[in-house]
Amino acid sequence: MSNTSQKTPLFDEHVKLGARIVDFAGWMMPVQYEGLKEEHAHTRNEVGLFDVSHMGEIRVNGPKAVESLQWLTTNDVTTLEKGQAHYSLLPNAQGGLVDDIFVYCIEKNADYLVCVNASNKDKDFKWMTENNKGADITDESNIWGQIAIQGPKALELCDAVFADGPSPIKVSEMGRNQIKVGKFKNHTIMIATTGYTGEKGCEVFIDTEGTPALWQALLANPSVKAKAIGLGARDSLRTEMKFSLYGHEIDDTTNPYEATLGWAIKPNAKDFLGKDVILKGKEGGLKRKLVGFKMLERGIPRQGYEIKKENGEKIGVVTSGTHSPTLDEPIGIAYVETSFSTEGSNFFVDIRGKLVKACVVKTPFVNKG
Amino acid sequence: MAFIVPEEYYYSKDHEWAQVDENIVTVGITEFAQDQLGEVVYVDLPEEGQKVTQNQTFGVVESVKAVSDLYAPVSGTVIEVNTSLMDDPSSLNDDPNNQGWLVRIEMDSEKELANLMRSPEYKKLTAEK
Repeated sequence: MSNTSQKTPLFDEHVKLGARIVDFAGWMMPVQYEGLKEEHAHTRNEVGLFDVSHMGEIRVNGPKAVESLQWLTTNDVTTLEKGQAHYSLLPNAQGGLVDDIFVYCIEKNADYLVCVNASNKDKDFKWMTENNKGADITDESNIWGQIAIQGPKALELCDAVFADGPSPIKVSEMGRNQIKVGKFKNHTIMIATTGYTGEKGCEVFIDTEGTPALWQALLANPSVKAKAIGLGARDSLRTEMKFSLYGHEIDDTTNPYEATLGWAIKPNAKDFLGKDVILKGKEGGLKRKLVGFKMLERGIPRQGYEIKKENGEKIGVVTSGTHSPTLDEPIGIAYVETSFSTEGSNFFVDIRGKLVKACVVKTPFVNKG
Repeated sequence: MAFIVPEEYYYSKDHEWAQVDENIVTVGITEFAQDQLGEVVYVDLPEEGQKVTQNQTFGVVESVKAVSDLYAPVSGTVIEVNTSLMDDPSSLNDDPNNQGWLVRIEMDSEKELANLMRSPEYKKLTAEK
């Protein structure tokens, strides 16, 4: 771990809980506490707490906020009313992706919060500032801690913790992809009903001073047994949903349509950075497509393994792979030539020089309804 | 955490143990190694008759999160494989020093044992981690 690694406001809490700490994107983060499989299952069956304070928060406000976000992002920001949020992308001029993001509307036409990946935060802020159309863009990452509360019992836990006090928020009554500003004790919070696990729940932005108190209150709640969940399970949970992770499914060179993220791109609504190149990549059919697959023979696919035809010809590459704790079987995500991307298509994963048969399946791997 | 490190075994820097019975060497991973790995979900082992070389990979163990290479503590020929691990690798976590053994190797030369550690030295190595 390098000396320059940053600590989140919850670092001491992780140490207290006996977490194994690793360096992730320049942050000292808990990779697991009691064990990845237990943590994964607890999130799927009960409720898990994730320290996501390392994520970046970039504020975009002022009279030119919407104009700037329309240019900088692929989704249509004008459709967001106060308190609504959507997934979006930051495209670059070459038709690739600077990052994938969430945009939250705090005040329509005036105040937006953009949540970005920790590993890309500085790059994103620089990019947004350089290509700004007159908005006030501020990096607020040092102000906010962030805790994700995810699982079938997350809403029950949230109501127990947030539904009393001077400005109560009943998370169970919020729809999906909403955001509300309120208080926890005397700390400013923003509760967003978003997440990265496929489970019900929310992500709570809270000032860094208040983050440990909220973490402790969530863990101590007697009605629902919440557990701390490390980055290891966060990754296996998102892989089961086939959610993209920057550096795996998407990067500076990814055409977002190939990544099956077309639903977050609104070319008919507006102009945006890199639009022509992105659309051109789609013209005449995509060359490759992101698919989910399962193994028909023994072996676990991993990022970087090549996808091949039986004769050894390369037709793709694995972007993420793991042994799914929920399904208790290997699952993988890969880019493959479009002709191999339909459900039921067979191909081979080159696992340490051995061709192991696999099959394209429906995703998400785990159906959360 | 105190790991059980049997005194009669030899140890590699890659956290494999070797139990020597004349020229037959039983190989496994140490308790320290299984703790670092987390729950093992997949094992890939060589076939009987395969030659292995000291400090070279002869298989892999995988947890949900990661792939780890297995390194042969001695050179020789694989004469027996713990195939039960292929279907159920749980003994690698539950009992890595005994039931979770990986392979038996007919050793080429006892001299290679000098490159391995005994338990006090191995305990020291893991205590530093």
